[in-house]
Amino acid sequence: MTGQAVNNNPMDAIIIDHLSKAFGDTRAVQDVSLTVREGELFGLIGPDGAGKTTLFKMLVTLLLPDAGRATVAGRDVVRDFRALRTMVGYMPGRFSLYPDLSVEENLSFFATVFGTTIEVNYDLIREIYVQLEPFKKRRAGALSGGMKQKLALCCALIHKPAVLFLDEPTTGVDAVSRREFWEMLQTLKKRGLTILVSTPYMDEAGQCDRIALMQNGRILAIDTPEGVEHLFRKPLFAVKASDTYQLIQDLRKAPFTVTCYAFGEFLHLTTKEGVSAASIQQYLIEKQHSNVVIKPIEAGIEDSFMALMEQ
Amino acid sequence: MNRFFAFVKKEFFHILRDRRTLLILFGMPLAMVLLFGFALTNEIKNAKVAVLDFDHGQHSRQLTDRLLSSGYFQLTRNLTAYRDVEATFRQGHVKLVVIFPVGFTHDYAHGGKAQVQLLTDASEQNTAITLTNYATNIIQGYQADQNPSDARPSMQIEVQSQMVFNPELKGAFVFVPGVMSLVLLLVSALMTSITIAREKETGTMEVLMVSPLSQLQILFGKVLPYLLLSFINGCIIIALGVFLLGIPLNGSLLLLLSETLLFIFLSLSLGLLVSTLADTQLVAMFISMLVLLLPTIFLSGFLFPIDSMPRFLQIVSTIIPARYFIDIVKGIMIKGVGLADLWRPTLVLFLMATVLMAASLKNLKPRLN
Repeated sequence: MTGQAVNNNPMDAIIIDHLSKAFGDTRAVQDVSLTVREGELFGLIGPDGAGKTTLFKMLVTLLLPDAGRATVAGRDVVRDFRALRTMVGYMPGRFSLYPDLSVEENLSFFATVFGTTIEVNYDLIREIYVQLEPFKKRRAGALSGGMKQKLALCCALIHKPAVLFLDEPTTGVDAVSRREFWEMLQTLKKRGLTILVSTPYMDEAGQCDRIALMQNGRILAIDTPEGVEHLFRKPLFAVKASDTYQLIQDLRKAPFTVTCYAFGEFLHLTTKEGVSAASIQQYLIEKQHSNVVIKPIEAGIEDSFMALMEQ
Repeated sequence: MNRFFAFVKKEFFHILRDRRTLLILFGMPLAMVLLFGFALTNEIKNAKVAVLDFDHGQHSRQLTDRLLSSGYFQLTRNLTAYRDVEATFRQGHVKLVVIFPVGFTHDYAHGGKAQVQLLTDASEQNTAITLTNYATNIIQGYQADQNPSDARPSMQIEVQSQMVFNPELKGAFVFVPGVMSLVLLLVSALMTSITIAREKETGTMEVLMVSPLSQLQILFGKVLPYLLLSFINGCIIIALGVFLLGIPLNGSLLLLLSETLLFIFLSLSLGLLVSTLADTQLVAMFISMLVLLLPTIFLSGFLFPIDSMPRFLQIVSTIIPARYFIDIVKGIMIKGVGLADLWRPTLVLFLMATVLMAASLKNLKPRLN
């Protein structure tokens, strides 16, 4: 509902038009519209339960929408679902390969199912698969978390899909593997692949060309990562003191405070216009805080997200 | 077609790499046949008997020897007076007392009409009936041997029941067809429904659905390996029954194998139906156990004769497929009858299979619920 108008450009890889889905009383996806352009790396960012997975499942033809329509690579997700299933790559949130098959057997199984072979599309997966090749005889269940994700990505890519859907691919993966995974996505993007990826991690948003912030089944904002940061207009300070718990209590009671959240070792404090760092310092010293550090900062995506959620 | 075979190959990997699956597939039929065939038979061996011989003649002694050498009876004591009989039963060990009246030998040799009394401990009624039948048979055998050419009955004994087809009441004859239907049902229905539920549970089903494979290909790819393995299992059980437990194979082997295939097909349809209803392995197992296995064990006539069930349960038993299959297997193996006599249960199985397969195919949906 927020964001750009649906322009129905046939070149767009994904067009979502007022899509809704409810499970009983839970309205998982509510009136979502967005467009992903050809060759774009698009991020769907939101906490658990925001409706990302439901939206994904409708786009990969696994769920029927209650209302609205969507096309992927020019095909309607309801009417043309058979055709779509041959041309999208889908990697669900959970590890969903066969743990009792070896790395090689998993990959060749999915290649055959999609009517191709590992050799034909080896180019596309080479950079990822070389890391797996030393373990190709190993059962997939015995791989590390990061390796499992790489194998799953290879299996989703093996048939050279028109659009790649990655549902929370980095959840439960260590920091190093996460960074490697995003590097792989950047490489795939350079080859012209359209990628829709969802993640609950705000710090991954910067890797995307454009992002949509999602909460309670609704899209809060669609923009480039920088654009989303600029949506945040109020003064923002990072504050630290010895007693963090007391600090958050006192700041939330302060007359100049709009919001105050914990962000790692600092608190992010949003204030009314015209409040200076010195006046905050003064207030905190009166409240007997020690080792107080206050600095004005630029808003990140998480700050924007928090602010949008408040509205 | 290529992708279908890739799927079947993958399925064989799953089966052959899981030790538990292999154990259920091939260990269980073996264990069940042996257990039911040897240990859990309702056959009676070495039942304790007492003899009260007032006659002390040639025929009473010979008949006693014959009873005791049959292997079914073991002499605990010789009684001397009637009052000992009640006391003996009260002690509880002796199940049968054989009484020869005074003049048994004389009556038999001259009058041609002699009486022998069999007293059984009817507090265990099944044992009592079985023992009476055993003893009656042995006495009749003795009589037949004594008068090979004489058709006129020389000895008069109350025959309580007539035993056809299974004169020695061999337990294996009853149990093997039952075990066979149970194992086939277990392998075909339970295992297929669990493996399909496993793919749903682990999320691989989602990936398979978002692929060019159709639902039908996925399900038949799941079913085909189990069809093959179930058939091998059926053959193993038949072979064990014939060569190890000495069950005759009086009818046509081809007919027996075809009927086995029909029953496997029916079980697989049941398994598919369960899998369209169950999303987790636990639910699949629960439905299979509750709806398929328990009724098969208790209502198919496998453990309890259908004739002695309450009327209501008799009616329920008519929808248990194993009931018909057990009838068919017994008919072919023991009675040696052909399709002409078995078309009725065969038709019932065929109709059941068709309805179940149609129902499970109708339940198939190309999307998640």
